[in-house]
Parts: sequence; structure tokens; C-alpha cells
Amino acid sequence: MTCLPAKTDKALGLVIDLDTCVGCHACVTACKGWNDQGYGAPLSDQNPYGSDPSGTFLNRVHSYQVVPDLTGGVQAAAQIINFPRSCLHCADAPCVTVCPTGASYKRVEDGIVLVNEDACIGCGLCAWACPYGAREMDADAGVMKKCTLCVDRIYNENLPEEDREPACVRTCPTGARHFGDLGDPDSDVSKLVASRGGYDLMPEQATRPTNKYLPPRKKDRPDQASLLAPLLDIQATGFAGWLDKVLGKL
Amino acid sequence: MNQPRVDTSPHVSDEIRQTTCYMCACRCGINVHLKSGKVSYIEGNRDHPINKGVLCAKGASGIMQVTAPSRLRAPLKRVGPRGSGAFEEISWDEALEIATGWLKPLRETAPEKLAFFTGRDQSQSFTGWWAQAFGTPNYAAHGGFCSVNMAAAGIYTLGGAFWEFGAPDWERSKLFVLFGVAEDHDSNPIKIGIGKMKDRGARVIGVNPIRSGYNAVADDWIGITPGTDGLMILSLIHCLLEAGKVDLDYLARYTNAALLVSEAEGAEKGLFVRNAEAQPFVIDRRTGAPAPWDGKGVEPDLGAVWQGHRTVFQHMAERYLAPDYAPEAVAARCGVSAARIRALAAELADVAFNQAIVLDRPWVDFRGDAHTHMVGRPVSFHAMRGISAHSNGFQTARALHLLQILLGAVETPGSWRMKPPYPKPVEAHPTPHFGVVPGKPLNGPHLGYVRGPEQLALHPDGSAVRIDKAFTWENPFSAHGMMHMVIPNAHAGDPYKIDTLFLYMANMSWNSSMNSGRVMEMLTDKGADGDYVIPRIIYSDAYASEMVAYADLILPDTTYLERHDCISMLDRPCSEPEAAGDAIRWPVVEPDRDVRGFQSVLLDLGVRLGLGPMVNPDGSAKFKDYADYIVNHQRRPGVGPLMGFRGADGQGEGRGDVNPDQMQRYIDNGGFFQAHVPENAGFFKPWNAGYQDWAVEVGLYETPQPYLFNIWSEPMRRFQLAAEGHGFVLPPDHLRARLIQSMDPLPLWYAPYGDAEDGFDVHALTQRPMAMYHSWGSQNAWLRQIHGKNPLYVPTKIWEQHGFSEGDYARVTSANGQIEVPVAHMAALNENTVWTWNAIGKRKGAWALDEGAPEATEGFLLNHLISELLPPKGDGMRYSNSDPVTGQAAWFDLRVKIDRIAPQAEAQPAFPKLHRVVPKGGRRE
Repeated sequence: MTCLPAKTDKALGLVIDLDTCVGCHACVTACKGWNDQGYGAPLSDQNPYGSDPSGTFLNRVHSYQVVPDLTGGVQAAAQIINFPRSCLHCADAPCVTVCPTGASYKRVEDGIVLVNEDACIGCGLCAWACPYGAREMDADAGVMKKCTLCVDRIYNENLPEEDREPACVRTCPTGARHFGDLGDPDSDVSKLVASRGGYDLMPEQATRPTNKYLPPRKKDRPDQASLLAPLLDIQATGFAGWLDKVLGKL
Repeated sequence: MNQPRVDTSPHVSDEIRQTTCYMCACRCGINVHLKSGKVSYIEGNRDHPINKGVLCAKGASGIMQVTAPSRLRAPLKRVGPRGSGAFEEISWDEALEIATGWLKPLRETAPEKLAFFTGRDQSQSFTGWWAQAFGTPNYAAHGGFCSVNMAAAGIYTLGGAFWEFGAPDWERSKLFVLFGVAEDHDSNPIKIGIGKMKDRGARVIGVNPIRSGYNAVADDWIGITPGTDGLMILSLIHCLLEAGKVDLDYLARYTNAALLVSEAEGAEKGLFVRNAEAQPFVIDRRTGAPAPWDGKGVEPDLGAVWQGHRTVFQHMAERYLAPDYAPEAVAARCGVSAARIRALAAELADVAFNQAIVLDRPWVDFRGDAHTHMVGRPVSFHAMRGISAHSNGFQTARALHLLQILLGAVETPGSWRMKPPYPKPVEAHPTPHFGVVPGKPLNGPHLGYVRGPEQLALHPDGSAVRIDKAFTWENPFSAHGMMHMVIPNAHAGDPYKIDTLFLYMANMSWNSSMNSGRVMEMLTDKGADGDYVIPRIIYSDAYASEMVAYADLILPDTTYLERHDCISMLDRPCSEPEAAGDAIRWPVVEPDRDVRGFQSVLLDLGVRLGLGPMVNPDGSAKFKDYADYIVNHQRRPGVGPLMGFRGADGQGEGRGDVNPDQMQRYIDNGGFFQAHVPENAGFFKPWNAGYQDWAVEVGLYETPQPYLFNIWSEPMRRFQLAAEGHGFVLPPDHLRARLIQSMDPLPLWYAPYGDAEDGFDVHALTQRPMAMYHSWGSQNAWLRQIHGKNPLYVPTKIWEQHGFSEGDYARVTSANGQIEVPVAHMAALNENTVWTWNAIGKRKGAWALDEGAPEATEGFLLNHLISELLPPKGDGMRYSNSDPVTGQAAWFDLRVKIDRIAPQAEAQPAFPKLHRVVPKGGRRE
């Protein structure tokens, strides 16, 4: 049993825009690449060229299909939602409180949930406790791996200041990933959440996630433009009439 | 509470080396981090104009490509039967002597018996130059089976094309319409652009049978029936014309809409009426009299009739106003309701004309007329490969360009612009060259843009000069060659037998061929004399791909981080609409195997063969290696492969003497160079005197090349005339009707040839996932965990009709064959279309994968269902399964029928395991 801090100085986290995520997996491999050589044990791969390859990823993208309900007897087209999934750095993180050794903890200064790998016994309780499936046990190292919010990038004085952001945010081609202090209502990310109706994932779990998702904008709306009116009745006037009319406008 | 102390400022890397990605054709700038001399991390280069710091899934996985167990290790000589994969390692000297021994006699006696074709080659201006020096007419890259319809339709219509050669004005566009299945060469710029547009609240509409990727984030999705895009586009044009919502001023000034089309019966009919100086002319609205098309102050009259000859505008409008193109007439065929088509037309018109934007940028046009500002139509279009890989793809791409033109939405603010060296009209491109003299170079570059029948690559007896039959009556505008026909034609000895097939980076015995199983047989068939029908095959690749097993001699290439390259203005540069740009690759790590960059190997081979441009008078090598060529070669005086840092002082942009320090200057500059288009030259480029002068200054052209967009294509009409019996070079009778239809000088739609297959009601498509598009192989340890399987995605209607459930297999049958494959349900899909990810399926034993890898068991190719020839029509002829204009492989014409079968252990057909040329991969390095 590990305690959560009563409050944190900041609430660093991600805001992920489901309206612009094209499901390209750029964030997945940028994360894998950075964290394979970053904080803690490398992200190992088992059977990388074999029949059942599997490896540790701190961030994965899933694609879901949504078939809208019938409205007024009309079936709108099915949609694909691409959904990146990683640790949400919850305020009430059940993965921390379940940890028997204190290896899982939430940082007081910024709210990042981390695993102290030296203290992790690989029991896996935290992964069971996480309702989001955001933790993965590394099969080679035998320790629990999870998103660190690139804690070894965001304060890293060996990186140029503009690069002090998580690898997934730096690489996202559509700009669907945003990083900042969600505890500060005046931060860019908080304003973005407010303006776009950002929401908590599975709020009924009472985990109070820091990360927020921005919902897809409404799609396939009936067109607003009024239809084009023909210049005249071409069948009646013939082509010459149309030509005179159209060129008269020149 | 005691928190552990975390080192938040760890050492990142020892060094960053900046080069250019090659995980696909996007050519992003990358920062390669090194620790202890090994690649430790790859990220995007923030200063690079293409990706601006971002990087896709492939780019960030490049580290797994450099350590892949499938990397070839040394030159290989075949020791078992061809196709078995049995090889022995040999030295480079032995390998190059073998190749020289095969090629030298060919050069001296019959250079055409070498067929040299390259796949994902990013050095075509170099490989083409080598082939020209050798003297064979048989050279091309893979554009013929990729997207030549898009490229050629763009050049013949606009003097520039989609792909990475143009871009929407992402900053200003208010409506973006994206056509076609698949990913795109310009993948990160498109993702960045879509992100920007949606951030601004601009609208994105996807027209695509499959709602994945970019279409998943589109605000509206039109799930069109494959092969009908052209018909819907022409219907949009119908609606716009009917309402008079076209940009008449733009049409009159910048397109050939005001040129007069000859009505005189005979050999001139349908060509432009010309004056005594053989120049087409317009009627000036100020005088009602003929005037030069480019005369100062001339106001071309779209409505003119002169001596009975009418303008292109009138011919065009009359055609598309016909009721055949009304939305109500095309809706069922397109699978899109008439109301939806009308609504889209209205939205296009609303944004183009009611929401026009104006930039305060004065400019002067080619007529010498000054403009105080630039009016923009903020509607942009882009098309991916889907619309183009059909037998009506050329005309479909032309139709889309016509729609852009009618809206005034090319090269105007907010619309779509070309990237240098484009705009470049057909007239500024070479024509094809095929003059063969044994022992001599070819008489000019192989590939080009045909203007009329007399430029076809035909012998006097009418037979094809080229092994792929490019530039013949069957496909006159085959500007990229027809790589997919090389092996079938060489096997059939039609038009002649060859001796050596030399391929680079092209998986022709697997996913890059139609009818892959049959191609494997062609590669291994022997004649009555016991020799292989295709006697010798040389192949260069970096990895143990399926094609390796079918070669006699393997020249192992390096990975992209171990080599020099140039992304050249002479080839396919990495420009942006507001800057010409090129780039390099350099060896950021040294190979740990006995491999060499293919381009350096070609130079070595060239010296051994005594090829003129590669040797000094004393017979020694003129270029030490490819890097030396990149710096020292000059295509024209002062113009070489790289445009930046030219001249002794390194100040030359585009033009200048050789600078021995050029490569280092590129490295110091992050691996790229940009020459910025002046601000007042950034739009209206084909007609903007400021742009034309700048283009000459930086060496893109030698003289200004202003031109009119070709709504009416005179080169196409010349082929129709020949098919009507006019002229001296006439097509064979059996092709005349087809030429008259397909070479229509105005865009038109006809049903894809694949639609003729009775009983095959379902369309079948492929696309590559974004995380793999154009990347060489999917053996990458990280990417294969993302996309290791490729079920056949089945729409709800077909899924329910057959009672499919997850885990089932389907038997998929086409006129050419049958496969048995796993299925998955997908609702966001055109109801008559199935699809799968292409090139996930691998052959057992290839790519260093385990035999039980999902790619080798359940993975499959649709290629087995697609023939390179259309089924017999009963006229004794077999027609290529290609677009009749360009010869582009019509992959997406495929029609199939589907049956449910019980779950299977493996997809069918399964092929015997290949002998391994590299050991099976174990743990990750």
C-alpha cells in the first residue's frame, strides 16, 4: 500500500485530440525509441522476428469503429476513431495505492506517476488495478513499465529548450498531442480543454485522470450551402443561350 | 514522503548527425543520435522544410532497419536452381567481374538485351544517366506500376502534378478535398497540413471507398465506388457550369480555354487554329480580331467564333452540360446520391467565389500586364494513388485537374500550388529517346513526354523498341515506363528476347508484380536448350527480400544510414511551393558488412565497361564513388545534382561551378538546402514574370517558360487523328477504337476495363498502412508488431449476406485466380468493396522471419488475383491490364467474388519455403 500525495504542485499531462489523430502510430514508435534508451530498463521485444512477436510499448494506438444511431430513419456513415492510449497520470491513481513496495508513486512536484524500478518486484498488481490497461510488464527486465511523460526529456538541460517535451508530442505529425500543466487553468492545455470540451476517460472509475481527450468534431453534417441554381433552363434555351448568359457576366 | 531521486537531465547522446530519412519517399530530415558510435535514437529535424521536426512511425523505427537481421552481408552468386535461394558468398571483385563479363558483350553487340529497371530508387537521374551511357533503351523506374497516371495527367494538363510535386496552401485554404485510397509520398506534410487546417476550423472532405487514415478525420466522407471518381468529378463540373460558377477571368487569361479548335475536316480537325507563324491565337475582346495568346493587354474571348472555329471553352462547356453528366444520371454508378454531389458542387462554389481571399501582393504577368493584388480561391484538392491505379486513371486525374482549373484553384492563394522545378510545361520536358547503336550511348534520356505519334518508340515495322512496350500505341504516354510488363514480355520474347535483367530495390517476384505466382514461373522457366528463358538476372537490394532468391548475382546495398544519396532537383527534389529544395544522405554510420552503396557500385561497373561519362581518357575512374559524382557531375554547365553552395565561394544557388566542399556544406547545413521563391513570385507561377525570371536565375530553366493550362490536350488529339486515319504514323486497326475513346482531348470517364468481368461484383483494393507506406519491407521489429496481419476487410452488407463471423476465411475469386484468406468486418467502407493491407504477406524464409511468422502464414497478397493481361476478348489479342494512355498498372480495377469458408491454418496460395540467404532473426540487436 503506497500513499498518494494530497496535492501536487503541478499536474503535467497530455491532451490528445481525437479529432485530428489519423492513427499513424508515429507517437508509438517515437515513444518506443526514446524510452528504449531512456528512463529505466529498455523496452524489450520478444520474438521480434518470430511467429508471435510481442514487446513493451508505453503508448499504443487503437482504432475503433463507430456506427452512429439511426436518426430520423437515416443511417449516417460509420466512422473510425483512432485512440492513443497511455498512462493518464491520475490524481487518484489506483496503480499507486495498490503497490506493495512503494515502487509506484506519484511525484509531488508535477504529478507524474512513475515506477521506481529498483523497488519494483514485478508483481503486476498495479497493471491489474489500472482500469486503462496503461502499464506493461517488461518480459526481459521483469519490471513494470509505463509512460513517464518523458521525465528524462521535459526537464533535461542537455536538450534544447524547445525539445523539452515528451517524445510523442514532439513527433506527432498532425499536432494531435499537447503537453502542459493541467493544474493551471491559464495554461494553453487547460484552455484547449475548456474550449474543445475535453473530457476524462472513464470518469466512473473515479481515478481523476490528468490526461484529457478532445472529442472528434461532429462529422457528416448535412451540407449547409444552398444548392446552386442553374443560370437558366439549358434544355429550353440551348447551349447558345447558356453561353450568352454566362459570358454576359464577364 | 520520500520520493526517489530521478535524474531528469541524463546524457542524451554523444553526437547528432543530420541526414535524410529513407523509410519512405517523403524524404524528411532526421537527427540521428549516436552513442558509442551506434545509432541510439532517431527524431525529426526541426529545421527541415519537409517535416519541421515531426516524424512518422516509420522514421522513428529506422533504428530497427539499420540492425535488421535481414540485411544482406556480402555479394552472392547463385549455386542452386534459380528460385531456391541457394547462394555462396563471393568477393566484390568477383561479383563485378561476373557482371562485367555478362554486360560487356551486350553493350558491344546488342545493348537492348540489358533491361535495367529500378524500384524504390531515389536516384533516377543517376540510374537513368548510367543506362543512357550503356546504350540500352530498356530503363525505367517503378512509376509505371505506381502512379504514372497522376504524374502524366498533371504534366499534360497543368505542367505539374499531385504527389509530392504540389501542395495545398495549408495556411489559407478553407476547404480541402482529398481523393483516393492509400497513403502518399508527401505523408508528413499532408498530416501537418490536415492538422493545421482542422485547427483553423477549415473543412476536410474525403472521397475514398475506405474511411481509414486521413479519411477517418475528414469532416465529411464520400465512400465512392472504386473507379468512378472521374464520373463524379465531371458531374461536379456539370453543376458548376450549369450555374455559371466558374472562374471566367482565370480561364481566359491562364488556360487554353480561349484558343480556337479547328473545325476543318481533315488532318487538322481538333487541333488549334494557327496563324502564319504556326502560333495558336485568341480573339481579343477589345477588337474582336485575332491576337497573340501572349500579347500585352490582350483580353482573350472565351465566346469567340472565328471562321466557324469555336473556342475550347465552348467545346468543353457543351460536353459537360449534357444531361449524361447530371448528378441524377451518375449517382447510382458512383454510389453517391445526386443530392450529395449537388451539395458538394455548391460548397466548392461557395468557398471559391463567396469566400475568395485577396493578398496585397503586386505582380506582373507574362503578357506584361501588372496586377495590384492576388485573388485566391481557397479550395484545395489532393489525390492519392487510388484514383490513378485504374484503366481510366489518366482521364480521371485530368478531370480532377479540370475541376481545379474551372474554380481558379491552381496556383492562387488558398488553393493548390506546384513546387519547383514545377511548373514545367510539357514542351519543357524531353521526348523519349530510344536510338540504339551498339557500343554507343543512347541518343538521349529514355523517358519523356510524347507530343505526337511520330515520337513513339516504334521500329519502322511498327514493333516496339522497348522491352516493356512503353511509348507504343497501346500506351502512348507511358512517361515512367512499364516495369510490370518487363518480366512477362522478356519471358514471352515479345517484342524480343533479352539476356540480362538488372533490377534494383524492386520485389518483382512478390508484392511488386501482378500475378506473382506466374511471375515466379517466368523467372524460373527454361527453354528447350536447358537455359533459363530469361538467361541472367542481377539484383541489388539491402535486404533478403523475396526477389533475392530469383537472381543469379546479388549486389548487396547499404541501409539508408550508411550511404550517400542526393535528393536532387534533376530528379525528385524536396521542394515546397515557396522554396526549391534538395538534400543529401551521408553515411552517419559505417556498414559492418561487406556491402556497398548501389550507386557507387554502378559507377565501378561503368568504369569496367568503359562507359564514356564515367571514365577519364586514360581509362581510370572519373568519379571515386557516388559522393564524388554528386559533387562533381554537371548535367549542364554550372548545373549539377545539388543546387546549393555552388561555386568556389559556395554562394551559388542553382548555378555555379563545382564546389569541392559542397557535401560538407550540406552536412553542416543539416543535410538540405533551400532557395526561396521571392514573395511576389509565390503564386501564379506559370504566368508570373517574377517567378519565371527567378526560375531561370536558379537554373530550373534556361529561358522563361510561361504557358497556358491545357484544358484541351493537343497531343491527345493528335493520337485520335491518327486513329481516325490521318497522318503518316498510323495505329494498328485493332487499337483504333480504343485510342479514339481514351485519347479524347477533353477529360472523360469510361468504365474501368475490369468492370467487364461478369459475375465478379465486388471491388477489391489494397493500401499500405501509414506505418509502412513505401517502406522497404515490413520485417522491421517494431512496425511488424503494429501491422503483422492483413485480414480482408469486408463491408457490412457482404459480411451479413455470407454470414461471416470473426475468424472465418473467405475464398476470393477473380478472372485470374483464387485465394483463401482471413476476413474481418469493417462498416466504414463502400458497401461493394473489400480491401486489405498490401505487402504485409511475406514468403516463408524471406526477410529473416521465422517460418511461422504471421506474415508468412496468414499474411497474403491480392496480387495473385490480378493478371498483367486482361482476359482474352476473342479478337486473338491480349491487352495489358493497364491504362490505355500511360500504361499504368490497373491494380484497382480488380473485381472479385467472395465465398465464406471455414477457418484455415494458413492463407492460400502458400509457396515453398525459400532457402535462407541470411540467418533467421533472433533477439533484437
